[in-house]
Amino acid sequence: MFPGPVIVASDLRKTYGDSAAVDGISFEVAPGEAFGLLGPNGAGKSTTMRMLGAVSQRTGGDLRILGLDPDRSGPEIRAQLGVVPQSDNLDRELKVRDNLIVYGRYFGMSRKELGPRADALLEFAQLTDRAKARVDQLSGGMKRRLTIARALINDPRILLLDEPTTGLDPQARHVLWDRLFRLKEQGTTLVLTTHHMDEAEQLCDRLVVVDKGVIMAEGPPAELISRYSSREVLEVRFGSDNNAAVAARLGSIGERSEVLPDRVLIYTANGERELAAILAAGFAPITSLVRRSSLEDVFLRLTGRSLVE
Amino acid sequence: MIAVTARAAAVPARILGSVYAGNARAVLGRGITATRSSNWLVVLSGFLEPVFYLLSLGLGLGSVIGTIDTGGGAQLSYAAYIAPALLAVSAMNGAIMDSTWNVFFKMHFSKLYEGMVATSLGPFDVALGEILLALLRGAMYAVGFMVIMQALGLNLAWTALLALPAVVLVAAGFASVGMAITSFMKTFQQMDWVQFFLLPMFLFSATFYPVTVYPVPIQWLVQALPLYHGVELVRGLTTGVLSPAMLLHVLYYLAMVAVGMVFTTRRLKALFLS
Repeated sequence: MFPGPVIVASDLRKTYGDSAAVDGISFEVAPGEAFGLLGPNGAGKSTTMRMLGAVSQRTGGDLRILGLDPDRSGPEIRAQLGVVPQSDNLDRELKVRDNLIVYGRYFGMSRKELGPRADALLEFAQLTDRAKARVDQLSGGMKRRLTIARALINDPRILLLDEPTTGLDPQARHVLWDRLFRLKEQGTTLVLTTHHMDEAEQLCDRLVVVDKGVIMAEGPPAELISRYSSREVLEVRFGSDNNAAVAARLGSIGERSEVLPDRVLIYTANGERELAAILAAGFAPITSLVRRSSLEDVFLRLTGRSLVE
Repeated sequence: MIAVTARAAAVPARILGSVYAGNARAVLGRGITATRSSNWLVVLSGFLEPVFYLLSLGLGLGSVIGTIDTGGGAQLSYAAYIAPALLAVSAMNGAIMDSTWNVFFKMHFSKLYEGMVATSLGPFDVALGEILLALLRGAMYAVGFMVIMQALGLNLAWTALLALPAVVLVAAGFASVGMAITSFMKTFQQMDWVQFFLLPMFLFSATFYPVTVYPVPIQWLVQALPLYHGVELVRGLTTGVLSPAMLLHVLYYLAMVAVGMVFTTRRLKALFLS
């Protein structure tokens, strides 16, 4: 088995014409790790994923997947990857189980080994009773699970997931997270992009925060939060027209504050204490909420913008 | 993990670098499975079209026309004259159907190829597999049509058996070039141009009467177009009127296959692996 990191990117770049989609990013992914690229839409995540998937050639820098150069060994690399693209590209002319069998054939696997493997993956994706259904008859969550099952047909060493739960309802997302968590427990290396901080926190051992094609920060979710944010956040709303004005007068309350159009965020070790201070100072927020700091706050701190806008 | 490593090593030696994994049969197999489960009615309609032409023009109109002089002195019934042309046309239609509209849809809407090249398949596997599918359809049409020709007594020589591989070659030429052209198309309007080109070619390529009815410059134009060569090749074989020019017809189609494959592979690589 390949000993070192399964992915090594150094100063990786991709430019389209004059604009750089990926502008010199470097990271490594260890075997069995769940690694995330967190960033808003247009940050260069999908472009990076396409380069990791050996379907897009880098413009500059270096990239090694499983020790191989994707520019030279594309087919060998892709044989050992599972890819879950951002928008489902299931084969709509084929039935659910045939989608798995036919996809396995693309990897040169025999029908004999594919039969039991497809059945096991349908079980894993909780789609056994849909084996003979048409893809169009599946719900969004089911399609996503089928896409993930399909990506696992070749027993990949790395599973690449581009925005795996975007567009799914909360329940379907939780089912999917559960499945991905199981894969992680089995030791599958996961690389995923997301602009959902909760997804990144749930699934990733380590992540990079990406914005405008560059890496803003790197580390485990909890460490990033403690490095770039306070323990708690107090969210107070004074009405859209008043937020900025009130925030300016809050002075020394909290370690730091951010004014968003609809609310003021106050970063602090103890949210309840700061709320009491605000009330004591005579301000009357319309609503207030104390919560733990999240990756959203990290992103806001690093870029001055929200992840989901 | 061990099984995967073994499988990766078992990928056959690649003669075309990163564009070919030697697994076009997986793409062909996908096409057969898909056709079996959804498209067989379309397939059937493609087969029936030339049969209707044969019955209406060959037998119906043919009873008024009588016989036709092929230029070699032999007299042929009109049905026996146009049947091989319709056979070539059915191969063309089947191949064009698969390689243009179906490929266009898979390329732009179902994202099928995008999914395929994310596996260990290369763009050449995809191109070759899709063209083999078109060939298979063309060959099935041809077999069915030749059975009908045999039943109607329109196969006049033993060389008619060779019409089958000839028709497959015709299908290969059209499928290959059709897919190459389609890979450059971006809109449905552009796809209509293909149809705009095919209909006159079908009507004027010595399909229903000898090319000699035209003035010489027009004859040259017709002879420059691909269908003429298919029609003449298949007609020579089913009627047994053989000539050395038939080798040229074969060469014409071999060139179409080669040029089409090169452009298709390049284009798929540029579209999905850049």
